Amino acid sequence: MRITVTVDGVNYSDEVEPRTLLVHHLRDRLGKTGTVVGCDTSNCGACTVHLDGRSVKSCSVLAVQADGRAVTTVEGLADGGELHPVQQAFHENHALQCGFCTPGMIMQAIDLLAEDPDPDEDAVRHGLEGNLCRCTGYQNIVHAVRDAARRLGGTR
Amino acid sequence: MIPAAFDYTAPSTVDEAVRALVAGGEDAKAIAGGQSLLPVLRLRLAAPTLVVDLSRLTELAGVHDDGDSLLIGALTTHHEVQRDPHVREHAALLRLATDTVADPQIRHRGTLGGALAHADPAGDLLAPVLALDAVLRCTGPAGTREVPAAEFFTDYFTTALEPGELLTHVRVPKLTGWGARYEKFSRVAQAWSIVAVAAAVKVVDGVVEQARVALTNMGPTPVRARGVEEALTGEPATAEAIRAAAARAAEGTDPVTDGNADAEYRTHLARVLTERAVTAAVSDA
Repeated sequence: MRITVTVDGVNYSDEVEPRTLLVHHLRDRLGKTGTVVGCDTSNCGACTVHLDGRSVKSCSVLAVQADGRAVTTVEGLADGGELHPVQQAFHENHALQCGFCTPGMIMQAIDLLAEDPDPDEDAVRHGLEGNLCRCTGYQNIVHAVRDAARRLGGTR
Repeated sequence: MIPAAFDYTAPSTVDEAVRALVAGGEDAKAIAGGQSLLPVLRLRLAAPTLVVDLSRLTELAGVHDDGDSLLIGALTTHHEVQRDPHVREHAALLRLATDTVADPQIRHRGTLGGALAHADPAGDLLAPVLALDAVLRCTGPAGTREVPAAEFFTDYFTTALEPGELLTHVRVPKLTGWGARYEKFSRVAQAWSIVAVAAAVKVVDGVVEQARVALTNMGPTPVRARGVEEALTGEPATAEAIRAAAARAAEGTDPVTDGNADAEYRTHLARVLTERAVTAAVSDA
């Protein structure tokens, strides 16, 4: 089946099997390996991307379901050489150790901040409940998201 | 993990979708948000030969104020239910339960109709729909019919939907001004309910005029706690009265013993969570 998906601002038209998961289409066909497969059971959130502006787990969406729609991955965030404010905040707050959960954490954090520009600690933890990290203990991730909120001008 | 191969079609009307499901027979499966179905397909617990994607049936999305009830399209996402002003005002119990479903990414994709048709006994939207006396509108090859929630859930992962039939709308009678609470017990964030209790109460001058209580995961289907409702109705909304009523929470239930909890512990949880849920619903009223 032929699908056309806009990924990080570029249109891609491809023949895919209906059973292809969006994450495999992104990684294996389009080379967007910044989006990773963590658990393969919809739990961990490492594969989170934005589909028409809302966060989704790309292991739980068929590629054919993205036909005609726009996907943003972690690779589409930086503006030239300049990191997205959430990426910069993760970098400066040591919000990662092994880094495997980071693409999904950043994509979900951006979704969270779009909905709630100034989340308190509790709101950050709830907003990231679909993303698992096995290294950091989450503490610096929470710091980074709140720091990113300040960078994005959400703090009153 | 990759699903087994299947054919795929994305019809643009309910009639086309029904025809596709009928043509596909037993091996056809409808997909809405896919948040329950795709994990099942990836694990190859199911291997349909045809997947009928409902996402183009935009007529089935959204919440409509329809007089004394809300008519909610089956394709309305959990995220939309959470933020809908009609739901907030007239069906607070549904919103509170939806808040506890999975995580934000899954709530962006998952739909109310999908969750109900999937009928997982640990799913969080079955008990509220039962407590609210919702009516489920289904369309199939024989036409459209309305099934009360009490008759819709028939067994584990099994509903009254006939082959080729689609759940299209959920009609939720308005309970405006009632207090509500969904009290969920699970081990970790995003986990399924071990037991949960949906409670809505109408309190007038400190007296419980009406009460609705339903239980999640206390049997193969959601269960109305009729004994609790009877015990609360007409009684003052006091801590003693709520505790006495909650003691009847497990009447008529058939909880399983599994890796999360044994039946005896679930029975205990039903009573404790009912007391908490009703107490919170009363203070919300």
